[in-house]
Amino acid sequence: MEVNGGDRLRELLFRLCDARSVSGDEGEVRDILRQELNGDVRTDTLGNLLVRRPDPAGSPEPVRVMLAAHQDEVGFMVTRIEKDGRLRFAVVGGIDPRVLPGLAVLVGADRIPGVIGVGPPHLLEPGAKPPVPRAEELLIDVGCSSREDAERSFKVGDYAVFATRAREIGSGLVMAKALDDRAGCAVLVEVLRGEYPGVELHGAFTVQEELGLRGARVAAHAIAPQVGVALEGTICADGPAREEPHWVTRVGAGPALSLMDRTSIANPALLDMLQGAARADGIPFQLRRSAMGGNDAGAMSRALEGAATASVSVPCRYLHGPASVASLADMAAAVRLMNAFLRELSRTGFRSRP
Amino acid sequence: MLDLIDRLTRAHGPSGREDEVRRLIAAELGSRVDGMRTDALGNLIAWKGGDGPRVMLAAHMDEIGFMVTHADDKGFLRYAVVGGMGHVGLPGQRVVFPGGRVGVIGAEPVDEPKDLKHEKLFIDPGTDAGIVVGDVAVFHRPLERAGHRLIGKALDDRLGCAVLVEVARRLDASPNRVFFVFTVQEEVGPTTAGSLTAAYGLQPAWGVAVDVTATGDTPKARPPMEVALGKGPAVKVMDQSLLCHPRVRQALEEAAGAAGVPFQREILERGGTDAGAIALTREGVPAGVVSLPTRYVHSPSEMADLRDVEGAVALLLAFLSKPLPGM
Repeated sequence: MEVNGGDRLRELLFRLCDARSVSGDEGEVRDILRQELNGDVRTDTLGNLLVRRPDPAGSPEPVRVMLAAHQDEVGFMVTRIEKDGRLRFAVVGGIDPRVLPGLAVLVGADRIPGVIGVGPPHLLEPGAKPPVPRAEELLIDVGCSSREDAERSFKVGDYAVFATRAREIGSGLVMAKALDDRAGCAVLVEVLRGEYPGVELHGAFTVQEELGLRGARVAAHAIAPQVGVALEGTICADGPAREEPHWVTRVGAGPALSLMDRTSIANPALLDMLQGAARADGIPFQLRRSAMGGNDAGAMSRALEGAATASVSVPCRYLHGPASVASLADMAAAVRLMNAFLRELSRTGFRSRP
Repeated sequence: MLDLIDRLTRAHGPSGREDEVRRLIAAELGSRVDGMRTDALGNLIAWKGGDGPRVMLAAHMDEIGFMVTHADDKGFLRYAVVGGMGHVGLPGQRVVFPGGRVGVIGAEPVDEPKDLKHEKLFIDPGTDAGIVVGDVAVFHRPLERAGHRLIGKALDDRLGCAVLVEVARRLDASPNRVFFVFTVQEEVGPTTAGSLTAAYGLQPAWGVAVDVTATGDTPKARPPMEVALGKGPAVKVMDQSLLCHPRVRQALEEAAGAAGVPFQREILERGGTDAGAIALTREGVPAGVVSLPTRYVHSPSEMADLRDVEGAVALLLAFLSKPLPGM
């Protein structure tokens, strides 16, 4: 059963990662998710996909839980078609300018291939350190010879994504674009297959997280959760470039629980409950050792009169880059952890503080 | 009031871990308010007064701190800062964990002083003290007195908490429904979650934050600023989070006049308070700030003047004793 569940998770993850879903243009991911989900499912004005699972036990006062995973990814938007047929672009979300020169991308809904141009190293002054160009200095070469030629296939406002196909590498690792946050989306789909008596469960596949938690803000307003958990792909710097205390997370060591980040502080009671559930079921987990970054938990904690929130994240190397690396075992453990946590919530209810 | 400030600054209460401060304040208020409750994020909300318009007073319970992110096999601890804290001046400081376990901030050797960053610093608890990732330390300093001056950690914003407690105790009658809100997570952004969600629930007609502000009365202070210690509480005009509502500011200034309390006007170019979040709740809330001038804010040795704190209490009592003027 574990193996089949794992295969299903990987298959869904690969489809989700290969879909194009830059902030504001999340339709492809939303369509895939819709096919995977049944019951009370709706799309709100901004494009959040909201799933409601009524309490299977029909309790008079179930705990209202919101689990959020965001549909969007970082990418590019065409801002101008130049005379020579190349495309000027803006970066959508946070992308390290060092990864841009020479990058292969797919432009528009038809996935037309292009490359962000970079000069040949032969022309560099000997011994000179090549400068890192700013995004606005760069152009996507789509092979067109003139503006008129390019305008037949492209228009201002077209989105572009990293041209990376998801695949398995090593043993049990995946390499793909957009693991932040398709990993969370895939985990959430699996968690929503479970039954949790005493819990009114809301799954929110949010939009525009990368631009400031915009989708989660309105979704949380509509749902009014008592408990909110963001399911994320998170920072992982577990390589020789940094010393071990500064790795933040480690791939393969289980899902990471956040203590705090720039948008929220995890509710201590919730954090205890998650750790207790993991220990009781022998599920590996790690604590996320940084206060940087931010996620939908920030928006959920601030909605209406406030909610107790936490984050359960899959560690992803090279986050916001053309290819991130994560562990399928970490994802499967995240699913088991959320199952165990929600069952514990079913059993004990929730008090936000002692 | 000095004893109250002493008890409040001694309490351990970094952002997200305000429980000790909340318990202390709840005990100090006791039966002197009509009721109190704690909300989902941990704000303590107490109320008192008549059936008139709702006034929300806010002071934040949390202080800046150090959250442990890593413990090595020798017991040295790496940390993430909770709230706005520079690294200059940290080596050699003492910090304290819940339960009283003390640590010293040490530094790795660096070639140039400018290479010193938080990542190069660590907390040395001396022994294997059982401190785990997620534990949070705060500065370890007692409250000291120098004439009228108070020196201590976490005057930001336990002074504001002390003012609210004192006002709540001394307020005999108010035509307004007064909510004393002791907020959480003011020191961590991007918007202060505690006051935002509390104001959403309370739907106040007016909001007033009581918080510390910087001063311009030290040598070559930058940016230049009018506010000084000992010249009375400050009535804020503007900071980075808020242009104070002119009617609220005017009412606070009139209250100072009625109480015979000298006050100063304050414009703070860097920083904000709970009032910024309150003002943008729901359809908007007219908001202002009574500020307590404080030097060396966010250091282990913040300095304020007890007369300014007492002045703020008198100002607010006068403000609350009258019906809110129309807008």
